[in-house]
Amino acid sequence: MEQQFIVSSSPHVKSSESISSIMQDVIIALVPASLAGVCFFGIRALAVILTAIASCILSEYVFERITKRKNTTGDLSAVVTGLLLALNLPATIPLWMVIIGSAFAIVIVKQLYGGLGKNFMNPALAARCFMLVAWAGSMSSFVQPFAGVDAVSSATPLAVLKGIEQGSLPTLLQAFVGVKGGCIGETSGLALLIGFGYLLVKRVVDIRIPLFYIASFALLIYLFGNNTTQYGMAYFTLMHVLSGGLLIGALFMATDYVTTPTTFWGQIIFGIGCGVITFAIRVFGSYPEGVSFSIILMNIVTPLIERFTTPKPFGEVKKNG
Amino acid sequence: MKNIIHGGVILFKTFRGGLHVPDHKAETNAKPVRECEGAPVHIFPLQQHIGAALDVKVNVGDYVKVGTVLADSDSFLTVPLHSSISGTVTDIKPHLHTSGAEVTSIFVENDYKYEISEDIAPKHVDSMTPAEIIKVIRDAGIVGMGGAGFPTHAKLSPPKEKKVTHVIINGAECEPYLTSDHRRLLEDTAEVVLGMHICAKIFGLSKTHIGIEANKPDAIKHLKSLNDPKIEVVELKTKYPQGSEKQLIKAVTRKSVPSGGLPVDAGAIVINVDTAFEIAEAFTLGLPVYRRIITVAGDCIKDPCNLRVRLGTPFEFVIEQAGGFVGEVKKLINGGPMMGVAQYSTKVPTIKTTSAILALSKTATVYEEDTPCIRCGKCVKKCPMHLMPLHLSRYASNGDLEMCEKYHILDCIECGLCSYLCPGRQSPLQNIRMAKQKILENRRKQK
Repeated sequence: MEQQFIVSSSPHVKSSESISSIMQDVIIALVPASLAGVCFFGIRALAVILTAIASCILSEYVFERITKRKNTTGDLSAVVTGLLLALNLPATIPLWMVIIGSAFAIVIVKQLYGGLGKNFMNPALAARCFMLVAWAGSMSSFVQPFAGVDAVSSATPLAVLKGIEQGSLPTLLQAFVGVKGGCIGETSGLALLIGFGYLLVKRVVDIRIPLFYIASFALLIYLFGNNTTQYGMAYFTLMHVLSGGLLIGALFMATDYVTTPTTFWGQIIFGIGCGVITFAIRVFGSYPEGVSFSIILMNIVTPLIERFTTPKPFGEVKKNG
Repeated sequence: MKNIIHGGVILFKTFRGGLHVPDHKAETNAKPVRECEGAPVHIFPLQQHIGAALDVKVNVGDYVKVGTVLADSDSFLTVPLHSSISGTVTDIKPHLHTSGAEVTSIFVENDYKYEISEDIAPKHVDSMTPAEIIKVIRDAGIVGMGGAGFPTHAKLSPPKEKKVTHVIINGAECEPYLTSDHRRLLEDTAEVVLGMHICAKIFGLSKTHIGIEANKPDAIKHLKSLNDPKIEVVELKTKYPQGSEKQLIKAVTRKSVPSGGLPVDAGAIVINVDTAFEIAEAFTLGLPVYRRIITVAGDCIKDPCNLRVRLGTPFEFVIEQAGGFVGEVKKLINGGPMMGVAQYSTKVPTIKTTSAILALSKTATVYEEDTPCIRCGKCVKKCPMHLMPLHLSRYASNGDLEMCEKYHILDCIECGLCSYLCPGRQSPLQNIRMAKQKILENRRKQK
């Protein structure tokens, strides 16, 4: 009857959820957007996706090998970073840039700060911003879907909305399905929403941040957007929401656990902050797009937000009556 | 599970935070309680309640009967300890206790006669004053049977200036696996209700409340069918830790116990179902706490069941009565899987607060190396005390006690949800516990 029992402090049961199961869900959620990207931009998009994922895994493996740390590639977080980075790149980008960007995301943004959970900026987004600054040309030349990579780059809806380039705007339905110029994974709102729906059903993420992000952004654009198109404000607002990286940013980047607040009010403030900054950059800034920068900026103030939104403990006695 | 909100009407009462943990109650909740007696030697550790130590009142060689006082003390925060069998005291020496420590214990050899002490006689509650009632409860050795082991008479004697408006019987039984209170409610309904009436009498209340989780519909229906105007049955949402005192009071009265305060600061006193039963038995039969219902379950128990066990029976004997172990046991637990204490030996005796004996295999008790905190925020979202376990855990493991206090570490009720939920397989509660202990130790030193 006498057996060897483990003695440890309670609780003695744990939920089956683990980091790798969460990452797996995120990867599944990104499959529709990836498929849409490959469908619209061809085999070249697939090459970018695979290169980014492979480079991220390899960077993590090599860095941990050199620094004699435990190999953590099994937690799949490097796969998520690579996939997210790739979906935020144009299909025409030279692959060597993808490799450098991936290494930057993993080594500089994630590992140098202590690895998963310790980074204060979203690695994929920080790498994208780095690439945007380093290779502005390659990072902002977009081709139309089904045009092939040799096609002449064309204006994105955002550039047209802003009036810095000339071109025709797609219909709202085209924009929603994703038949428009842009990064690999960002064009199809439909695919992104399907994936996000999966995350909601699996309770991996909360709807709070994306909801307040998109709502505050849409409201500001509707009220203060500089509409120079021939269409009405409703079209203008919806086109802004469906264009550029807003949906992929709000649904998949602003919901990154590590770099966003964990508190109820903190998440609302974070979402609104992203919406306001994105609006400001898109309307007043010199870049047509501001999603990446807005999320990165809010990432940086996340600890501060969290500190000021710490929930009131159960039964806390009010000070001064 | 049913919706909480149905047609705009809130059906179940509850609190903010918490989560339904897979409960495994179906393994035992439909089986009637079986008797479990016959262990050759019963072991009675002196430490079976929170409070001061007891003095041994018997000597080696003495003959004792069921209900004979083995140990007692004059200090207020104590209850006497009684024998659960008749037989001879063979030894008084330190023995392994469910807390993991060695505790002075009285060994009684069973003569299998189960003779009841002559001092045991029914008592008439109707003619008694509250003070007399409370004395009977103390002399019956009654403590919080849910697991805390706080002397019940002390709970029922709040400071004079505090007004008690609610006596709430805790039938939530939110710990997974446990069904002993459920069976008690079904099989000993009359005694539980009498226990409630006695509590109401002490405080001059016209009625008492009983909170039961919605996963025990038969118990709820049964109690409601009594149509007793002096008890109000409150159906609670099935959610851990619904049975925690503060959360239960919130659900039933909508009042919050202030941070650092006691339930009575919110006008409430919470008594466990089993405790109410013991109170009743102290009057109807005059019997002290000498046995209790123990849920013996887990995937390594051959025949999961509820057993009525005479206290002092060693775990190994109880486990054999439930068919013994099957497969490789990874964890043996005294109590529930969320808050119970892991045991390393089956030689420990059952005590007043042993609500369950669980034997779990490797698959039932996940035990893996921890991975980093990814700040998923699940611990923050579900913490029933609305704390931030992820920060507390980090400050605690860094030894930053000042920040721990700033983040209200002492409000933690140690329910274990944060550690249960953590996808990083971390144990925030373990870090929090250690820091809490250090803070309380430092405070004692300063005094």
